[in-house]
Amino acid sequence: MLIQNLDPLASSLFSLLAIASLLLSFVMLGSRWLKNYLYAFAAESWAIAALSAIIGFYGGYPELYLIAILTLLFRGLLLPYLIWRIIRRLDVDREIHEILQPSSGLVIGALFVMFALAVSYRISAEFHLELTVAVLALTVMLSMKLIGFLMLAVRHEAISQILGLLVLENGIFLGSQILVPGMPLLIELVILFDLLIVVACFGVLVRYLLALVGTTSTLQLKRLVG
Amino acid sequence: MVGGLLLALAGAPLAALVLCLIVRRPRVCEGLNLAASTICFAAALPLPFLIDGQERLFWGGYVILDRLSAWVILCTAIVYVLASIYAVGYMRLLEQEDRLFQFYALFAGFGLTTLVGPLMNSVGIYWIAIELTTLVSTFLVAFEREPESMEAAWKYIMVVSAGISLALLGTVLFYWCGSFVLGPTYQMTWSVLREAAPGMNPVLLTLAFLLVLVGYGTKVGLAPMHTWLPDAHSEGPAPVSAMLSGALLNTAMVGIVRFLAVTRAAGIGAVPEAVLVAFGIASLLVGALFIVRQRGIKRLMAYSSIEHMGVVALGFGFGGVLGVVGALYHMLNHSLNKSLMFFGAGNMMRAYGTKDISGIRHVASHFPSAGALWLAGAIAITGAPPFGLFLSEFTIMRAGLASFSWAVYAMAVLLIVIFIGFMNHFRSMYYGEASGSAPAAHVSAWCAVPMWLALVPLFVLGVWWPGSVWAYLASTAQSLAPVAP
Repeated sequence: MLIQNLDPLASSLFSLLAIASLLLSFVMLGSRWLKNYLYAFAAESWAIAALSAIIGFYGGYPELYLIAILTLLFRGLLLPYLIWRIIRRLDVDREIHEILQPSSGLVIGALFVMFALAVSYRISAEFHLELTVAVLALTVMLSMKLIGFLMLAVRHEAISQILGLLVLENGIFLGSQILVPGMPLLIELVILFDLLIVVACFGVLVRYLLALVGTTSTLQLKRLVG
Repeated sequence: MVGGLLLALAGAPLAALVLCLIVRRPRVCEGLNLAASTICFAAALPLPFLIDGQERLFWGGYVILDRLSAWVILCTAIVYVLASIYAVGYMRLLEQEDRLFQFYALFAGFGLTTLVGPLMNSVGIYWIAIELTTLVSTFLVAFEREPESMEAAWKYIMVVSAGISLALLGTVLFYWCGSFVLGPTYQMTWSVLREAAPGMNPVLLTLAFLLVLVGYGTKVGLAPMHTWLPDAHSEGPAPVSAMLSGALLNTAMVGIVRFLAVTRAAGIGAVPEAVLVAFGIASLLVGALFIVRQRGIKRLMAYSSIEHMGVVALGFGFGGVLGVVGALYHMLNHSLNKSLMFFGAGNMMRAYGTKDISGIRHVASHFPSAGALWLAGAIAITGAPPFGLFLSEFTIMRAGLASFSWAVYAMAVLLIVIFIGFMNHFRSMYYGEASGSAPAAHVSAWCAVPMWLALVPLFVLGVWWPGSVWAYLASTAQSLAPVAP
């Protein structure tokens, strides 16, 4: 398995990129401007694309180069462009009513990372991998998951929620690249394609929301209860 | 032969989808969708008889037909054909003639994705099929373009996409589990996972299963991840609600059942079953609480779906031959019955022009025949004899007595509460004081016939459980949990 006998340089490159991705999700958590979310998401996707290419190089998985290029194109360029187009159509550029101050959000995010670290350490100890990059990969995967859910919970602009979902997906993608680089190519390709459809669907829905409900703030969606 | 049937199963709705987008005439699209659903039904009906106990793989191993998938596809195809007949009558009432081709294209697409999902042999592709069902049905929920239906669609896609991303995480962890046994690259199919399961690490396997359970459980509508379900079921057009409830929930349940079989093969103890039982009881509890004080007629049906998915989850959680047989039989009965209930609710909603229970009064005197059908369905859905759900719920209870007796008692109490609450709403709709205006329209044949088509088999299944069906379901249970008693 790749992560058990990894060269130190590769190991530190993996760590660097994984931590960079985690930091970028904190940037999303700590900001209130939609544009910043978008840039952070794009940068995160580039970091993940670079990670795929490096894993492909060190692990001897040539198909990961293809994944890296597609990640860069789809997640790094096309998805941000599509979301940018949605933002441009709206006349909001920041979260207006904050349920949670960005600073408190950062603190809660940090607690989530600690929790994720505890879980990952426990899991890695099962396989005697606690000294490898597996701990870090699991931590980043789980904490991006939790941070994504936090963003879904405390943000109410439609765009922030879409980006929250994409952070969830990015976390899984990053973790799976390090932990299971040999995962069949077909699945990864289809998931990339699936994301594109998801974002297209969201684009259509946001347009309907704007036309029929008159707002894209999910705080206004409270007619259906009970 | 079987391969050809499967091809028809996928090809017919696909052709209907494409042709609807090309032709765009509302009457033609109706016919296309109806024809596609009839072909699907005709193709799905013989499948359980044809596979004689073997897992059959098609198209390079990407498609699997085993007893479980044949059974679930049969349930789905029944709902699809009933809902397609009903849609012809119901959608004409909406007066959206120029957008009707979109509806039928999406409806055929929804039929396609729900039929194809259980057939996927690759675990990752199954996940994608489930995700596609969400994306297609979101636009069906949003079809009426009211603020309420937009809200329901947004909550639906948000909650379910977020939930199902947990299932993806769980799937990746399952793959990781397997990679310690099978090496870094392998085809992750259900049978490969099941065979590798005894060598997998129990801690990681438990974590992966719990993630998958919460993820697909969101899609199944198990409480407390059910929040999208009442909104989506109540705001979509009635045929869509029937499909969501009768077809989609079962399709997602297949994933949970197959992962549960992997954990059983690994022998990691009772945690997966116990969690599934806990979700089942929570769903029954949420269903009971919200049914008693419900005001919307379709929301009443939606909470009843949560309740019945809870019952199915309990059946699989109790396990053993009785539990699995009961749960699978319950799936079929619930599919038939919930279609009937949503059709009736749609008829009354259109006739009285309101979604509120308080606006619907004297159903029996205004609609003697359709009203009687709906009332019979209501008696059936609460689990009273002589209908199929009584038998399946009873079987599930018998299954749980040995291992989870507390859950059986809780289930019995909650089912009684639900019976009283549900029938009280029907009492007020049939015999309550009149408050609103008299209904305007009559129920067309397109809207009444599928209700008969659902009720008659439901009654037959209630008084006569064919021995061959029992044997079929029992062998399904064996194939899912070979070690269980």
